[in-house]
Parts: sequence; C-alpha cells; structure tokens
Amino acid sequence: METVMARAAGTTSAPARSATRRGPGIRGRDGVAGWLFTAPVLVILGLFLVLPIAMAAWVSVSSWSGLGSPFSSTVKFVGGANYAALLAKPGLAQSDFGTSLRNNAWYVLLVVPVQTAVSLLLAVLVNRRIAGQGAFRTAYYFPSVTSSVAITVIFLFLFSASGTVNAVIGWLGGTGPGWFTETRGVVQLLLQAVGVHAPAGNGFLGLTWFDWVAGPSPAMLVFIVMAIFTTSGTFMLIYLAALQQIAEEIDEAAVMDGAGPWKRFWYVTLPMLRPTTFTVVTLGLIGTWQLFDQIYVGSKGGPANTTLTPAYLSYSQSFINNAWGRGAAIAFILFAIIVLFTVLQRLALRERTPRRRRSHG
Amino acid sequence: MAEAAVQTRVAGARVRSRMRRRRSPLGVTGRYALLVGIALVYVFPFVVSLANSFKTDQDAANNPVSLVPKTFTTAAYQRLFQSDLPLWLTNTVIVTVLVTAGRVLFDSMAGYALSRLPFRGRNAVFAGLVAVMAVPGVVLLIPKFLVIKQLGIYDTYPGMILPMLADAAGVFIMRNFFESVSPSVEEAARIDGAGVFRRFWSVVLPMSRSALITLFILSFQASWNELPQMIVSTQSPRLFTLTKGTAQLASGALSAGSQFPIKLAAATLMTIPVAVLFFVFQRRMMNTTGGATKE
Repeated sequence: METVMARAAGTTSAPARSATRRGPGIRGRDGVAGWLFTAPVLVILGLFLVLPIAMAAWVSVSSWSGLGSPFSSTVKFVGGANYAALLAKPGLAQSDFGTSLRNNAWYVLLVVPVQTAVSLLLAVLVNRRIAGQGAFRTAYYFPSVTSSVAITVIFLFLFSASGTVNAVIGWLGGTGPGWFTETRGVVQLLLQAVGVHAPAGNGFLGLTWFDWVAGPSPAMLVFIVMAIFTTSGTFMLIYLAALQQIAEEIDEAAVMDGAGPWKRFWYVTLPMLRPTTFTVVTLGLIGTWQLFDQIYVGSKGGPANTTLTPAYLSYSQSFINNAWGRGAAIAFILFAIIVLFTVLQRLALRERTPRRRRSHG
Repeated sequence: MAEAAVQTRVAGARVRSRMRRRRSPLGVTGRYALLVGIALVYVFPFVVSLANSFKTDQDAANNPVSLVPKTFTTAAYQRLFQSDLPLWLTNTVIVTVLVTAGRVLFDSMAGYALSRLPFRGRNAVFAGLVAVMAVPGVVLLIPKFLVIKQLGIYDTYPGMILPMLADAAGVFIMRNFFESVSPSVEEAARIDGAGVFRRFWSVVLPMSRSALITLFILSFQASWNELPQMIVSTQSPRLFTLTKGTAQLASGALSAGSQFPIKLAAATLMTIPVAVLFFVFQRRMMNTTGGATKE
C-alpha cells in the first residue's frame, strides 16, 4: 500500500513539482491532491446520500409500484397525490400516518425531557472525584454502545407477559399489563380507571381528538424506557465534558458568596450548561423522531398500530405494501418535521440566552 | 504580585476544603447509594440476558427473575451455532472489517484535505458535508434502496458495504483533529521535498494515532451494530448479518415467550465484541475531557 501511495504521489504530482517550492497554492500540487483526497468520500456520499434524495423526491410524486425502474415510461407523474393521501384525504393511509405521528409524538414528548434530565443527573453524579468513578461511568455508558437489536431482544424478554418485570410486579402484589398486547393508551387506561370513557367526535388526520391524547400504549412505554436507558450514557458524556470545562473558580466564588449546593447547581452550573442542554435536546429531538430499529425488531408497529412510527410506516408502505410513492412521501414529511422541531427548539432556547456565546460544542 | 498569588492560592485551598465538606446535599453514603442503585439498573438487563441464555426454555419462562439457571445448559448456544449463526457472524465480520478500514482511510484523507490542502472548492465541499450530516439517516431508507437497486448491487456484498464506506461525521472528527495540531512537522517534511501523499502516509498518519483510534472505535461500533442499511440492501438469508439474523429470530415467535434463551444467547453473543472493544478502549471512549478525568 505504501509503495502504491508513493508511486501515486510521484506520478500525479510530477507536473506541479515546481509549484510546491513556491509554497501551498490553490492551483498547485495541493490543489490536485485536495480533490484526490476528498474524492472517495465525495463519490460515496454523492452516490448514496445526495443522489438517493433526488431519486426519492421523484418517487414521492410518482406512481411507482416497485417493479422495474422508477424511471421507466410506465411510471407516471402523480403530482402531490401521495402527499394528499397522507395529509388531506380521509382513509386508511391518512389514519395510519396520523397514528404513527401520534405514537412518535408521545415518544418524543416523554423521552427527550427525561433522557436530558437523567443524563445531567448521571453527569453530575460521576463528575466528582470519588472512588469507583470510572466503573460507574462504564456502567452508565455501556448500554449506549451495544446494538439496538440486542437491547430490544433483552427488553422483549424483560417485558414479556411472563417476563421479569411482570414477575416482580407480581411479587409486589400487582398485576402487570400485557405489555405487548394492550392496545389502549396509558392516559386512556388511567381515565377509564376513574370512569371516563372515550367520547365520540371529530379530530385530526383520521384520529379523534381523544385518540391523540390517549397516550402511548404500554408497548410504546417499553420503547420509551428503553430509549432513556440506551441514550442517557451518551448524553451523560456530553454533559460531563461541559461540566469539566466550568472553571472551578466560578464554583468557588459561589461558595465564597455562601451559596449551598442546590443553589450553586440551579443558579451557577445549570445556566452555564445551557449551550450543552441545547445540544442534548437538539440531538434528542432528531434521534427520537427516527425511531425505527427497535420497532422493526420488537413489534413491527403492533399491537394494533400503537407502536407504528413514521419511519417504520415509510418502510412498511414501501417494502411490504409496494406503495413506494407514499413511503417516500412519508420520509420527506418526516424530514420536514425534524427540521421544523430543530428550528422551533432553536428559537425557544436561543431567546433566553442573548449574552453567552457558545464556547464549546 | 507574588504575595497576591499566594493569597489567592491560600483562599482557594480554604474554599476547596469547605467545598469538600459541603460537597453533596446527599452526603457521601446517599451519593454512593444512588450511584450503585442506578448502576444496578443499567447493568441488570445484561445480567438477566446472560443468565437466561443458559436456561432451558421452560426455566426462562417460569423463573424470569432468577439469575441462576435451575439446570445450567448451553443448548441455546449449541442450537445457534448449528443453525445460521456462523454465517451471520462471517457476514458481520466482512462488513465490519471493510467498512472500518474504508472509513478510517477515506475519512482521514478527506479530513486532512479539508484542514491542510488549500484547493479550489474546499469551502463548498465543507458546506456540502455539513448539509449531508443534517439529513436524518432513517429518511434515507427508501432512497438508498432505490440507488442500490439501480446500480445493480442489490443483495450483494458491495450493496451492503459501499454505502457505509465513508461518513461525514468521521470526516468532521478528522478535520477538527488536524485543525488542532500544528502543521510544523509536515512543513519540515515538505521542505525536505516529501510530496503530499508521502507526507500524509508517513508523517501525518503516524502522528494521528489518537484520532485514528477514535475513528476506528466509532466505525467498528457503527458497522457492527448496523441494521437499517442491511434491511434495505439485502433480502437473501445468505447475506444476513448478526443484526438482521437476530432481528428475524426476535420477531419469529414474539408472543410465545418460550424461545427466549436462544434469542438472548444471540443478543449476548453479538454484544461481546463491542463490549471487548469498549473495555479495551474505555478510557479513550469516555475521555471527552482531555485528561481531566485522571483518578
């Protein structure tokens, strides 16, 4: 390999040899080398990231059924029909899409705040110099590096009808739900316990308003717990890096002023961590709207579509139902949702921090 | 001047000792109880998985909490190894080795060029990478399938591997690394007449060990654990990786609950290499702080 590289260096740069003597030039040997060095990455990303998006954009406005090439003459341009079927036209496509949005919205709503809080707590706990610090960090971070497939399999066992969690609930005298069979949302279950039942009525995207607020199903709750379990380690590290950049002097100054630990945390540490919190929440939002692996492995959207997510629906519409146009349209709507949430969150968190500049990533 | 410095230091020491006393609102015992409690919660699922993979189907269904198998058996592992697991493992190793090698080489080359080689269009390339990083991976499921199919590499190793051979985030890590080190050694090599490729290969790469190891860990872990890419690029069982094979195993008899040992055994096996990597490099993986964590 080394000789190949050396030879390549010899041949490609021969004409530009004199240019180097004059130092780095945009047109010189470095100019050619710059493109050669970036070429593999550009080709791969162009071929498998940029080109695909262009192709999918076409498919999302076409009638392609998965047979033959999407560019053959039999495939027709259908305009916004695929998007309309999802957003505007009442029917199964719309209610499935609405359901997937409902499910994923609950997932985001519960995972993002909890994982942010848990990761901050973990970071604060392991930030101090204590015996066994490394072991604790390892334990908290380990779930973040393991495969989502393996963790899903483990959680399926823990939460199966005769699984570990229900056995423990049984010991405590309760009866665990059928985690992967119960189709009602947890808010709905709580409401029913106090005698409130689902009212009939109109709604949005093929779901009644009550469906929207019914909450995540127990199965979705399992995925929520799992997400917090697997991501808090990663975010703990981000917080930890930030915590260690806060100069000890600042904390000391607060001690001199007589601030207790809680006060120091709320009025000194937390405000200084705001840029980090911004990063963690942004990454959290982007990640949680993409729930796919766990659903593919664990539930395929069931029971009764209560763990269906836009990402999984996009996959199943295309690969299983051969509605490729609709699947691609879902992917683009999901993209728009992620962009929208990132921008909204940016506005919300930026507003209150006009003074501080980000000093670190 | 010196006196002031001494005074500050004394004051600092006093504050620090005060902080040590008032460090935690919980007290040392409370803090440890919390740390240990949370650690148990985080480790418990893996222990349960390991323990139950050595049980009989019956035992796992009847005693899901017990961490000691009633009759210790490796039946689940034997069944896995007699079935397709060796094939899945081979495929995963092929993908992981090639993807990791490709990413380490290509990402560091591109990162080097973006940091050190002033070429026309560099800013545009950089902006393009930022844009690419912003695209959520799951959105690309269908698009990737379309291109893979169109290129005629669907259901082949190239189809599984090529799309993963470079990643924008890795290029970013390497670029940031090169930005943070001084180019003086390279300059010396340049004056000695070494060409760009020689400088990169014999001077820059050996100096970049720490960044390359980081990139190696990230690439290894990402390709070993990759599932969606395998779903959209293959269908034949011949090309199943550990992730896809285990996923199929998991959804096979979801409600029965009786086949859990074999699923948990597969989950345990696929976790081992990443766990080993993690423990070997744990300091580096968790050292986001540049040495501030020394104990």
